[in-house]
Formats: sequence, structure tokens, C-alpha cells
Amino acid sequence: MSDTTANIPVVLVIDDEDQIRRLLRITLEANGYRMLEAAKGQDGLVEAASRRPDVIILDLGLPDLDGVTVLKRLREWSRVPIVVLSVRDRDEDKIVALDNGADDYVTKPFSTGELLARLRVALRHAQPASETVIFRTGDLEVDLSARRVTVKGQEVRLTATEYALLRLLVRHAGKVLTHRQILREVWGPTCVGRTHYLRVYMANLREKLEVVPSEPEIFITEPGVGYRLIPKE
Amino acid sequence: MSMDQDHRPDPDTLLAAIQKESTQRARGRLKVFLGMAAGVGKTYAMLEAAQKQRAEGRDVVIGYVETHGRTETDALTVGLPGLPRLPVVYRDITLTEMDLDALLARRPQLALVDELAHTNAPGSRHPKRYQDVQELLDAGIDVCTTLNVQHVASRADTVREISGATIHETVPDSMLDAAEIELVDLSPEDLLKRLDEGKVYIPERADVAAQNFFREGNLTALREMALRVAAERVGQDVRDYMQARQIAGPWKTGHRLLVAVSPSPFSEQMVRWTRRLADSLECTWIAAYVETSRTLSEEEQTRLTRHLSLARELGAEVRTTTDDDIVRGLLRVAQAQNVTQIVVGKPVDHPVLGSLLSGSLLPRLVRESGNIDVHIVRATPTTETRRPPLWRWPAESEWPQYAWVLAAVSAVTLVNLLLSPLVGPRSVALIYLLVVVGLALRLGRGPVFLAATLGALLWNFMFLPPRFTLYIRSFEDVMMFAMYFVVALAMGQLIARIRAKERMDRRREERATALYLLTLELGDASTWEQIERAVVGNVERVFNAKATLLSADAAGVLRGALEEKELSTAQWAFGHGTLAGRFTDTLPMAEAMYVPLRTTGAVLGILRLDWQQSTPPTLEQRNLLDAFVRHIALVLDRQRLHEAEATARILAHSEQLAQTLLNSVSHELHTPIAAIQSAASALQEAQTTTAQRALAGEIAQATDRLNRLVGNILDMTRLESGHVSPKLDWCDVTDLIHVALKRVAKDLEVHTVDVAAPPGLPLVKMDFRLMEQALVNLLLNAGTHTPPGTPVQIGAAAQENELVLTVADRGRGLPAEALPRIFDKLYRAPGTPAGGTGLGLSIVKGFVEAQGGSVRVANRVGGGAAFTITMPLGDPPES
Repeated sequence: MSDTTANIPVVLVIDDEDQIRRLLRITLEANGYRMLEAAKGQDGLVEAASRRPDVIILDLGLPDLDGVTVLKRLREWSRVPIVVLSVRDRDEDKIVALDNGADDYVTKPFSTGELLARLRVALRHAQPASETVIFRTGDLEVDLSARRVTVKGQEVRLTATEYALLRLLVRHAGKVLTHRQILREVWGPTCVGRTHYLRVYMANLREKLEVVPSEPEIFITEPGVGYRLIPKE
Repeated sequence: MSMDQDHRPDPDTLLAAIQKESTQRARGRLKVFLGMAAGVGKTYAMLEAAQKQRAEGRDVVIGYVETHGRTETDALTVGLPGLPRLPVVYRDITLTEMDLDALLARRPQLALVDELAHTNAPGSRHPKRYQDVQELLDAGIDVCTTLNVQHVASRADTVREISGATIHETVPDSMLDAAEIELVDLSPEDLLKRLDEGKVYIPERADVAAQNFFREGNLTALREMALRVAAERVGQDVRDYMQARQIAGPWKTGHRLLVAVSPSPFSEQMVRWTRRLADSLECTWIAAYVETSRTLSEEEQTRLTRHLSLARELGAEVRTTTDDDIVRGLLRVAQAQNVTQIVVGKPVDHPVLGSLLSGSLLPRLVRESGNIDVHIVRATPTTETRRPPLWRWPAESEWPQYAWVLAAVSAVTLVNLLLSPLVGPRSVALIYLLVVVGLALRLGRGPVFLAATLGALLWNFMFLPPRFTLYIRSFEDVMMFAMYFVVALAMGQLIARIRAKERMDRRREERATALYLLTLELGDASTWEQIERAVVGNVERVFNAKATLLSADAAGVLRGALEEKELSTAQWAFGHGTLAGRFTDTLPMAEAMYVPLRTTGAVLGILRLDWQQSTPPTLEQRNLLDAFVRHIALVLDRQRLHEAEATARILAHSEQLAQTLLNSVSHELHTPIAAIQSAASALQEAQTTTAQRALAGEIAQATDRLNRLVGNILDMTRLESGHVSPKLDWCDVTDLIHVALKRVAKDLEVHTVDVAAPPGLPLVKMDFRLMEQALVNLLLNAGTHTPPGTPVQIGAAAQENELVLTVADRGRGLPAEALPRIFDKLYRAPGTPAGGTGLGLSIVKGFVEAQGGSVRVANRVGGGAAFTITMPLGDPPES
């Protein structure tokens, strides 16, 4: 855990299943979180506005509002990290949620350890990113001000596009970026359909920056959805 | 640079060349053995060529060959299977014809069909044999045939000029355009020698004519013509080739010809003349007809239709336009079509009147044609062409009109006799004039002319001093008489013309109204029955025919309560998308005309027209019918699309329901599993005893298994209900393997996993998630069914155009009887340990095949099984 534990982090769970909420309460409180809960979308929005949680766990299948609608409403005014927790495992559902501002997507059934890890990443990601000029994870170091990339202290030469891709992932470290989001940011809005660009450049990045390129540990593939950069803890 | 550009073949031309080549491949190829006259040995040459083809192993069948009992020729038919001829009974005479249907059913590679220009017996499917041949070619059968040059449509005129014999059996030049021509040549002397020896077959009835025909002078001219036709063909082939291969040479000129077609008998020669000119200039040509307000007689109408279809046969594009000013109409068409040269006939109709009437047309055409060249071609009168008489005896229908004239003129004469003492002879003339004008408003040209003449004579005789003589004394009266006559005639003419115009306007309005009513009624119709009612009602109201609308079932078979023969005619029209039946070129002996209702691409039905008139429909009727048919076809198409859309909507709706159901089942099953799983993992982490932790571990493991099972069942349900729609995208295979391995890492803990994926594998178009699941299932299968410690090997390689992905193990392998059934649903190989449902592998197969790939299994040398997924690589994405 990072140095933000001075205050206990507050998690808001918006889920209509009582049993899931009860379980999450046990797990979260055992792991040093304080939990708020809401069984409906409307209540969740009210809670989020009045209690200002540090992170939100959101189910998509809510009785009153659709989860994606809740997501959009939240994003109208808040930058709080949101982790979607849903049984919907179709790529389209994930992409829609991520494109509408979710930071991460965990499908049910889930392992507690996995969910806790995702929560930690989401919380860390909530720190203002602009201050981190130098990004470090494992052997990789990216100096955003000097545009310098080193692995084990050795400078690695990247092409302009490779660097743009790396910078985007670093700026959103921990967050899942959909293919569409990456293509739009790096290649421009006319290229959003050309996922093969992304595949090729991602393979290049792994080749240059991963320890074992065929078993990437930093640049993680989210099958059917996109990629994310996972900072090592 | 400009040179280069000039040498670049026009893309359209190239495309046309490719299409020509490919249609030729799909269609049969036509080979024509061309000779100058009967007796040069065409049939012999054709059979010789056929024997050679047979020796090369092709399936050659004689469709129709006439050897006329010549022994050398007969000998050549040995070994070639022939089809029995079809007897056709016509007016008590039995004729034999080629059995087209039998030949189509037999489907040889090459059919021999003698005498391309032959006219079939009445009652055959097509009036002409070349149409039979066309059908054979359409069916993909190659055809060899024979033809005398005099039967080539564009040469028929010249042959008539040379030999004096009128040729009735002609073959359109378009037949030859796509054919390979082999010239069978013989010198005229040799031919005459063979004729003397009795080796040339000549039908008895034409003996005398034939003797005239086979003169050395004629034969020399015919030979030259045959040589020229063949040479022109070769020239065309060479030019096509040069253009396709971009060899600099004579390029197609930018010419475009237009020939003015009229009902005049000379028009036919103009059309042929233009075709020859177009041939030598290698350009396209248009036949244009300008419809004026003048009503055509039935004979003229027939001739015009014939001329236009001749032009179409000879390869012209036919345009008709309406304008009272012929010159303006012609030039309008010419300019719209970028015509460079206009061909018109030199008027010879009336030596004096002709130059007066049409005399103004030619100079105007020349003057107003601007940068378009004008050819004025002399037409030679033929025996067929009759000069239209200056005067004809009035038809019976006009007699009452003449009676009216006599009565009116008599009556007014009586009135004038009473009035003349009061008003004087000049006013009397005006009264006559008034009557002529009055009559012109109601009667035709002839009666008006009679009234004017009678009036003039009577006035002169009865009223002009000296009365009761035809003598006119004063110059003033002569003037008066002349003026009266001119004014009366002019008025009559003018009024007649105005009335003709009015008639034409009315006809046009009727046409527009008819179309409007059809549109209106069809607009409201939405079901087939309503459309049928509207179509039948409107067609029967406008045309003198009984109408029926025939629709086809899904297999393209027409339904309808018709006689077998009629139905087969309709079916032919439907299958070929062309007119058939009465008053057409195909199966003209049928009772009714069958009009295909076609839009781009498909024939949607047939309109059956049982004409109640004995003459073929006029040009005007055909035009209107054409407009009707187009509109009906559009409406049918719209209705078809509506139905398709409705079906699609229902389908989409049920699809959505199924998806919702699946989602809710998935939700209901997954939620409790999620609760158990997270509770179990929380228990494991909690500070409890070892035994409790172990129990929690058991719960977690069982939950994992349950979760996987539910996943499999849901996947299978999606596959079986057709809800798996892969989103193919370019994927990185190395990435795929890594993701799948990560998911099954725990299950393969007890195995060693080798990955052999060479760097630089191409991207493959597939659905990442489906492929991941397939690979996970294969890996789990290997992990469950092989002993701990044995290796599991994953291999990926690009071979030719495929990605080959293998998952191989070193287990016991599969029993032989399990190999073909291993991918079947719920199948479990004998001897496999408990656990697993028999769903995993069938899901692999379903997912892989949904993406256009395939999966197979084989036992490995040295033990174990290997599952291989093959995916097409396709064209790499552009970068």
C-alpha cells in the first residue's frame, strides 16, 4: 500500500445483490477500507455526491438505472476512480463501460485478491498524474520531461509512435485503455478501426521494454478490449 | 508524358476486354465455318475439325448436320454421336428440326450445328436457328456451325445488288462479333466444276435461281466478300489483342455514327450502310427515329418496327425522340450522344414533290449540324419498295365523310342561290370558304380537298359571270378564283395538322393518365394480391389484352393455371429474362405474350398478355407496355424488400429475446458462484486453522470447476442458438498464447509447458476472445487428461496461407474409435477419468469454425495427442 493510508480510503459499492454487498463489506473492511453501499443507481449517485468516496465499485445490472447511465452521470462531475464489477462478460459491454469513463472492469465471479489488487491500482491512479515526471516500474524508467526511456539504466531508442503509445499508457497507468481510445489518441480519429497498427507497435514495445517479450508483465493485454500498463508494486 | 498517356489503354476498354474474355469462358465458344456459297465444303471442314477435337478427347455431339448424302462427308460423321431430330408437324407436313432441349440436356462440350442461317419450322421455340445456337452458347456449350457469306445481315444488301437475289435468311452481325471465323475457300472455277459434277446440293425448287446465282462473276464477288468478312474479324482480334497488351497501333477512333431511321422502305439500306461504315471506322452507332405528329399507317408502323429491330440486331443503340421538327429532333439526339457523323437518305420519293417537301430538311440539317459531318446516301429502289401512291381510293370508313361533303356543299349552294341576288358573287365565295373551314374542323384531308374543289367549281359555274360556264371573264375573278382555291386548301391543311397534333397530345395525355392511374393504384397496394388486382385492372383497361400476373416460388418455378406448353413458354421467359410467346421471336406460336418483370439483377415475375387483337402491338403500345412493365417490376421489388424486412425484423426481435434470456440466465448462475468464490477466498486468507484453510481451498476449487462448467454450457448454448458472431480483427498470436496460458496457469501447474512460436509471426484475422477460449479449452483438455509431469507443447507457425496452432501432449493418446467423434457434443473418449462434460472440445470446434478456421486431432508418434487449429491468413493489412 502506498503512502496515502493516513486516512482510511472509502469505497462506495453500488450493487443490487445483497449477498455480494455483504461479502464485499467483510472483505473490504478486513483489508482496511471503509465501505458505503447503495442498492440502486439513484441512491448510488446521491451517495457519491454527498459522501465523496475515494473509489467506486459499480455493478452494471441495476434495477432502476442502467450501470452505463450511472457511469455517465458520475463522469459529468467527478473524476473518482470507478471499477465496474459485473457478470456481463461480453467485450462490447466492457468496451462501452471503459469508453464511458470506467477505470477498470472485473467480471463476476471474481477472486478477492484480484479485486483488491485492482482497487489499489485504481486508487493510486487517482493521484494527480501531471506531477509524476519520472515514471518507474521494475527496470523500466520513463522520463516524460526529457522523453528518455531506460531499461536497467540503458537508454532505449523508441520511434515517435512507440513513444507516443508508451506515454499514453504511462499517463493512464493502471487503467484499461480500449483499442479505440488508444488509436484515437496516438494515430488520430481516422484510424480507430485499424487495430493492426496497435498490435504491431505493442509487440515492438514489448520487444524493447519487457524482460521476456512473450510473457509481458508491464504491457498487459485485456482480451478483446484493449491494453493497460500495470506498474509493479 | 503526353505520349505515355496516349499509349495507356483506356480502363473501360481493358475492363470490356476482361469481361469479354470471362463471359466467353462462361459462355460457350462459337466457331463459324464461313464460305462464299453452297458447295465449298463448309460442312466437310466442320466435321473434319470435330473429328480432330474428338480425337483429343472432347465430348462432341452432332446437333444437326446435313450431309445431303455426299459420301465423303458421310464418312466423316462416323464415330460422332448424333441426336435424333425432332419432328415438327406444320399444316400436315412433317419437318425435322434440331432437338434443342435434348441437346441442352445432353450437355456436350461441343455441338455441331449446320446452317446457322436456317429458319426453323413454325412452332419451334425460336424462329431462327442462330437463336437456338445462342441458347446453346448461353448454356456453356461450344458450337461449331457453317454460314454462307450472303446470309450475313450487313452484307445481304450487297449480295442482292450483285446477284439480284433477295436474301431472306440473315444472321445478325452481332453473332459473328464474338465468334471465331474459319474461312473455307475454294476458287470459283473449282466450285463450278464441282457443280457440274453434281457434287453441290441445290434444293430443286430454287434450281433456276441457283443457276443464275452460280455464275462466275457472282462467285468472284461473293468470294471477295467472304475473304473480307474473315479479314475484318482477324483485324478486330489483332486490334483487341494489341489494345489489351498496350501495343501502340491504330486506336479506336472517337467516331460515333447516327443513322436517321424512318418508315420509308429505303431506311433499311441506310441502316445496313451505316453498320458497314461503323465496322470500317470501328465505332459505335445509333439508330434514331423522330416521332412526329403525323400518324403512321399500319404498314408504315410495321416497317418502322422492322427497321429498328434490324438496327438493334446489327448492333446499333436505338433512340427514339418526339419532335415535330425532324431536323431538330435528330440534332438533339446527336448532340446528347456525342455523335460525330449523321447518315441520312437522299430523297428519291417524288422527283418534284420530294424536293419540295424534304428539300428543306437536308439543307437545314447540313446548315444546323455544326461540327457534325453529314453523309447523304443514295438509296437504290428494290423490287420490294413500292412508291406510296399519290392518290388512293378512300377507305370504306371514310365514305360517310364524303357523303357529308356532298350534302353540305349542295345545301350551301342552294342557300347561295337564294342569297346571290342580294349579295353578289364574291360574298358567295366567302360563304363557300366558310363551309370548307367548317368541314375541315370535323373531316379528314381528302374530304376537305373535295369540298374545296367542289366549292370552287360550283362557284365558278353557278355564280361567276358568265354564269353556267366554267369560263371566267375578268382578271379580277381569275385572281379571286385562284385565291379562293389556295385559301381553302391551306385552311384545310392547317386545320388538319392542328387536329393531328391535338390527337397526338390526347394520346400522350392518355398514356400519361394510364401510367398515372397505374402508379396511383400500385402505390396503395402492399400485398401480392392487391398488386395483382391493380396490374390486371390497369393493363386490361389500357391494352386490348387479357392480363395475368405469374409469380415464381423460391425455386424459380412459375405457378399458374396454364396449359403445359404455355407454362413452359412463361418459364422460358422467366429463366432468360426476355420476352417470349406471341408476337415475339421466341415461341411465337404460344397463345399469349409473356413479359418478364425485371429489375436490376432479378426477374420477379411474368406478365401474361393474351392479346385480343390479331396484329402485333404497335410501337406506341410497346413503349407504353415497356413503361408499365418497368413500373410494375419496381413495385414488385419494393414489395419483396418489404417482406424481407418484415422477416428480418421478426428474426431480430426473437434474436434479442434469446440474447436477453441468455444474459439473465448467465446473471442468475454467475451471481451465487461469485458469492461462494469470494467467500471461499476470503476464508482462505482469514486467520484460521490449516484444516479450515484446506476446506476453504476445496470450496474454491469446486467453485472454479462449477464456474467453468457454467461457462461451457453458456458457450454451447450461444453456439447452438447461433448467437456467436465473431468480430474478426487482426490479432497477435504470441499475445494470444500468453493470455490463454495465464488463464490456465494454475491448472497446468503440474505440467511443463513449452511454447514454440517463432518471432515475426504475421497478424491473423480472428476474434481474440473466441480464439482465447478455444485455446484455453484445448490446454485444459491436455492438462486434465494427461499424467502429471508430462509436457504440454504449444506451437504456432505460418505455413503457406495458413496459421497453424498446435496443442500437443504426451499422454496416452486417443483410442482410434474416438478420433472421428472427439469434437462431438457430450462425447467422452472411453477410459477418460471423471470430470469434464464433453463440451469443451465441441466448443473449440464451434468457435474455430465460426471464424472460418478448422480444427483436427491426431495421435502423435511416440505417444500423446495433437490438436491442430488452422486459420486462413488472408491478405495482410495495409500498414
